[in-house]
Amino acid sequence: MIEGALWRKWVFYNIPLILFVFVLLFPFYWMIITTFRPDGELYKPWNAVSYQPFWTNNPTLEHIKYLFEETSFARWMFNTMFIALVSTIISLFCGVLAGYALARLNFPWAGSLGTVIFVTYLVPQTLLFIPLAQIIRNFELGDTPWSLILTYPTFLIPFCTWLMMGYFKAIPKELEECARIDGASRWKAMVYIVIPVAVPGILSSGIIAFTLSWNEFIYALVFLSSPDQKTVPVGVTSELIRGDVFFWGPLMAGALLGSIPVAIVYSFFVEHYVSGLTGSVKG
Amino acid sequence: MAVTAVAGAEARPIPRLRRLEDERWLALALLLPTAILLGLFIAYPFFEGVLLSLTSQRVGVDGEFVGLKNFVKIWNDSIFRTTVWNTFWYTGVTTVFKLALGLWLAMLLNRHFKGKALVRAFILLPFIIPTVLSTFAWKWMFDPTFSVINWTLYQLGFITQRINWLGDPDLAMTSIIVVNVWRGVPFFAISLLAGLQTISPELNEAAAIDGARPWNRFWYVTWPLLLPVTMVVMLFSVIQTFADFQLVYVMTGGGPANATHLFATYAYQLGIGTGLLSEGAAISLAMFPFLFVIVVVQLLYIRRVETR
Repeated sequence: MIEGALWRKWVFYNIPLILFVFVLLFPFYWMIITTFRPDGELYKPWNAVSYQPFWTNNPTLEHIKYLFEETSFARWMFNTMFIALVSTIISLFCGVLAGYALARLNFPWAGSLGTVIFVTYLVPQTLLFIPLAQIIRNFELGDTPWSLILTYPTFLIPFCTWLMMGYFKAIPKELEECARIDGASRWKAMVYIVIPVAVPGILSSGIIAFTLSWNEFIYALVFLSSPDQKTVPVGVTSELIRGDVFFWGPLMAGALLGSIPVAIVYSFFVEHYVSGLTGSVKG
Repeated sequence: MAVTAVAGAEARPIPRLRRLEDERWLALALLLPTAILLGLFIAYPFFEGVLLSLTSQRVGVDGEFVGLKNFVKIWNDSIFRTTVWNTFWYTGVTTVFKLALGLWLAMLLNRHFKGKALVRAFILLPFIIPTVLSTFAWKWMFDPTFSVINWTLYQLGFITQRINWLGDPDLAMTSIIVVNVWRGVPFFAISLLAGLQTISPELNEAAAIDGARPWNRFWYVTWPLLLPVTMVVMLFSVIQTFADFQLVYVMTGGGPANATHLFATYAYQLGIGTGLLSEGAAISLAMFPFLFVIVVVQLLYIRRVETR
């Protein structure tokens, strides 16, 4: 659309874009370089003469080794993975069914129930964490993965439902009617005809739900107490900072390794992730 | 007997399935799991939270009903007032920057160039990587003694003394705002990009033929068409930012000297840190009226924009 001299393209488009990408990605570069930098180079004051911040000639695995030998990092990874997977599956199950009901069935208060779902979608976790901690204790779920597996769906289900409603609304009614004329029951038409068509939507909500539960922090921080039960974000925060001492090497190694599962899932399904994200915004 | 028993066993599931043929029963069955989970872990804790905030309960002490005493107490608490101010400042400033930078980035991405898909995929990383983990990278970059930002500014000749980013109240707030903007811009950019892509380029071309300058084309053509998406994106972002916890907890923990608390971090400090459960619950709940107003105002506005 915009044609012009090459320098204009660089000044108005390429250079700003490069700057954006640089700033957005630099902290991750910093994470990586810190992970592999020996302590001797790490703790040099910022104005030291021989300080070379952006590269190291002596890469080391000692921080990663520390992480696996001195902390329960492997255990945290497993916990986080388990909790994220199970709560995603629960939320998808509930969200797909509820989304189908709200988008395609006629029943009293369908509209207002949709609004209720949208409003719960907007309830932040930080509003309820103190009473919820007491309820978790009363149910004797404290310090178990189930305290998170059962509470994460409270923010994942509304999200999945909302997204799935959009997908289900886009599927033509005739598809289902054909199956019903051929003798399928409502239930069968839903399970065998409509839900398979909505698989892209299910994938999108599943991926976003997975990254959201991997990201969750305050519930995990409040509900879990023993080191072996913790998730990656909580474990890294509580076990690699002792008093005022930050173990920056292992801390960055933990941040890097803890990000990798999410990054892998994301990289395989970028398109689904983006379409889910933008779908949730369009509503 | 045997015949009727068999017939009964076969007959029993049929009415249940028939019942699912009725849309109302099917809807009920489909919504039940969601209703149970949301009722148990949202509605019930909300109700319990309100009750809790009206008692004097602490860790280990059951407490008694004290009416609105906790709310009066936090109202007169100077840290709480700072917290309220901080939360509004934090939300307002970050939203303006996220919108402006996000829109700019979206416009930069809304054209064809080599490696666009790759750039778009990488740009979203700050948004998908767990916030706590990426915030630690920032905290390390802002470290008073080993800060790479200080090093860069020093090498470029902007500073001669170190800047203690997280040790000074105003600088600490600014640092937190920077990290929040960093994390939020990708979400704005990608969502607004999706909005931009639904706007037909012909509209802009027609305006250009009619002699509209680029700025006018943006202001009179693109922006009004983008407004519905923008409002929804803002709604999500404002609520998430207003109720933010992780970022401040990691960066400053509310310090220095309680200067950077948000509702959630102060509620955590009082409720979980010092065990004053009822006061913590009261602070958390104090967010509710604000959130409620934000949601109602924005939903009304969105409806108005969409029906226009």
